[in-house]
Amino acid sequence: MRIQIRAHFALPIALLFMPFLIQAKDSKPSGDLKTEIKEYIFHHLEDAYDFSLFSYTKDNGDHKYIGMPLPVILWDNGLQIFSSSKLQHGEGVAQVGSNFYKLDHGKIFKTNALGVINLDAGKQVTNEAPLDFSVTKGVFSMLLIAFLMFFLFNRLAKSYLKNGGVPTGIGRFFEPIIIYLRDEIAKPNIGERKYRSYMSFLLTVFFFIWFLNMLGLTPLGVNVTGNIAVTFGLAITTFIITNLTGTKDYWLHIFDPLGGSMKWYSKIFLYIILIPIEILGIFIKPFSLLIRLYANMQAGHIVIMSLIGLMFIFKSWIGSSLSFGLTFAIAIIELLVAFLQAYIFTMLSALYFGFAAQEHESH
Amino acid sequence: MEKLISEFSLGLFFWQTLIFVGLIFLLKKYAWKPILSAVNEREASIKDALEAAKEARSEMESLQSDNQRILKEARAQKEALLKEARTIRSEMINTAKVEAQSEANKILSQAQEAIQNEKRTAVNELKDHVSSIALDIATKVLQNELESKDKQMQLVSKLLQNSDMK
Amino acid sequence: MEIPVIVGAGLAVIGVGIGIGRIGGSAMEAIGRQPDAYGKIQTAMLIAAALVEGFGFAALFAV
Repeated sequence: MRIQIRAHFALPIALLFMPFLIQAKDSKPSGDLKTEIKEYIFHHLEDAYDFSLFSYTKDNGDHKYIGMPLPVILWDNGLQIFSSSKLQHGEGVAQVGSNFYKLDHGKIFKTNALGVINLDAGKQVTNEAPLDFSVTKGVFSMLLIAFLMFFLFNRLAKSYLKNGGVPTGIGRFFEPIIIYLRDEIAKPNIGERKYRSYMSFLLTVFFFIWFLNMLGLTPLGVNVTGNIAVTFGLAITTFIITNLTGTKDYWLHIFDPLGGSMKWYSKIFLYIILIPIEILGIFIKPFSLLIRLYANMQAGHIVIMSLIGLMFIFKSWIGSSLSFGLTFAIAIIELLVAFLQAYIFTMLSALYFGFAAQEHESH
Repeated sequence: MEKLISEFSLGLFFWQTLIFVGLIFLLKKYAWKPILSAVNEREASIKDALEAAKEARSEMESLQSDNQRILKEARAQKEALLKEARTIRSEMINTAKVEAQSEANKILSQAQEAIQNEKRTAVNELKDHVSSIALDIATKVLQNELESKDKQMQLVSKLLQNSDMK
Repeated sequence: MEIPVIVGAGLAVIGVGIGIGRIGGSAMEAIGRQPDAYGKIQTAMLIAAALVEGFGFAALFAV
């Protein structure tokens, strides 16, 4: 690993992590502690309509949420915009104009004035779900990271002009990473001649994923890159760029992988099997990208939170200190994984671009 | 798999794509292009500087070798000059010697000639002197001899006797 | 007797674990043999591991 995150950087993060997660929250108190923790973890992994820092239950059973509401944007025969505080964390019905909406298991459904959720035999909600373009916790985090990145790298770009080609401040930390991405990822995989046009994407995707992963390790603990829609969006961008910039050789490689090494009549039987596999490969590549990132980040969050949850299950100093030690160790590993996943996503994207940009070299 | 599909949120996907693609284009314009061009520029300038240094070094080396060569040439030239001077000197000495010799010879021969001439004139003068003296003496002798008639007669008779009148 | 799907997923994960372990081990050996080629070996290792990992995820999400 070229970039090493120092341990003393990880320690405060790991420590800050805990108090917020200890505030175990459950909107429907059901069953024992284990199910409660499990529900809490899965609730955390999902996207949310408000940016809650933590929540707690009062002695009288009321739930108190500390955080800020975010705008909910729905398309339901016209644009409906309202604050997520109206949803009352699924405990009430939001009235917007003449429509009523209710939050059920992290999704907004259209209901009647009483907020009745109808379930079918398979326990699936039969209520109408409006098209949802809400600025959720994940969207908010992405916007935050986008602004941060823009601020950071725009300043780095400007510092070159001021300082005669030498970066200052935090730019000294990021510039080697940028150069590393160019020299170790883009150039060897795409090739000296064509790498330039892919650099913007590779740099953006690397820092975007890395920063979002790191944001997930802060006490805010937003699980953005561990969300299938986000990784799908990232992977589909790679997919589109790969296939839009694909050269003649790239397509020839897919539809005529054997080339002139065989006569057409002997190739045709092989191709009945080979071509579908190659075509499938086009889709499997970005699919593996999206699943890898999603599963790694999801798994990281689950592991850390489960270990923290162990503290409440053991309820003894041995178990709690053991759980603390384990959480600490895993949190440090997660810092590495945060970087590694961003690196692998960028690396494999570059590799796929390299396939697409290839020009008659090797098969 | 069903869980994944049910988890998929279209809204989040929409926003993600929007933010991400927007970010790519924004950063491309305001960050990556200036950063990469600055880095490239710096690298190029470093490369140029290194090359210039290398060039300067090789130039210096060639200069040094030039110096060496020039020094060597100068030394050789000096050597040659010295040698030439030496030969010229010895030549000069030689010619001077030869000239002096010939001059001396000439002077000697002139002197000898002059001596010879003087000698000749001296001998001639001496001859003249001697002859005049001899003539004087002879005259005096003759005068003495022919003072008396007898003696004259005697002589004539003697001469006549010797001449044999026939 | 019906075998639960999760057993199959577990088997797949075992396979993937062995595979990634072997990739990592071979990479370490290679680095030991040629420490200079560290960067290249690491890159190749990550790519191979990522590709194997993909199968593990495919198995897990098939559950």
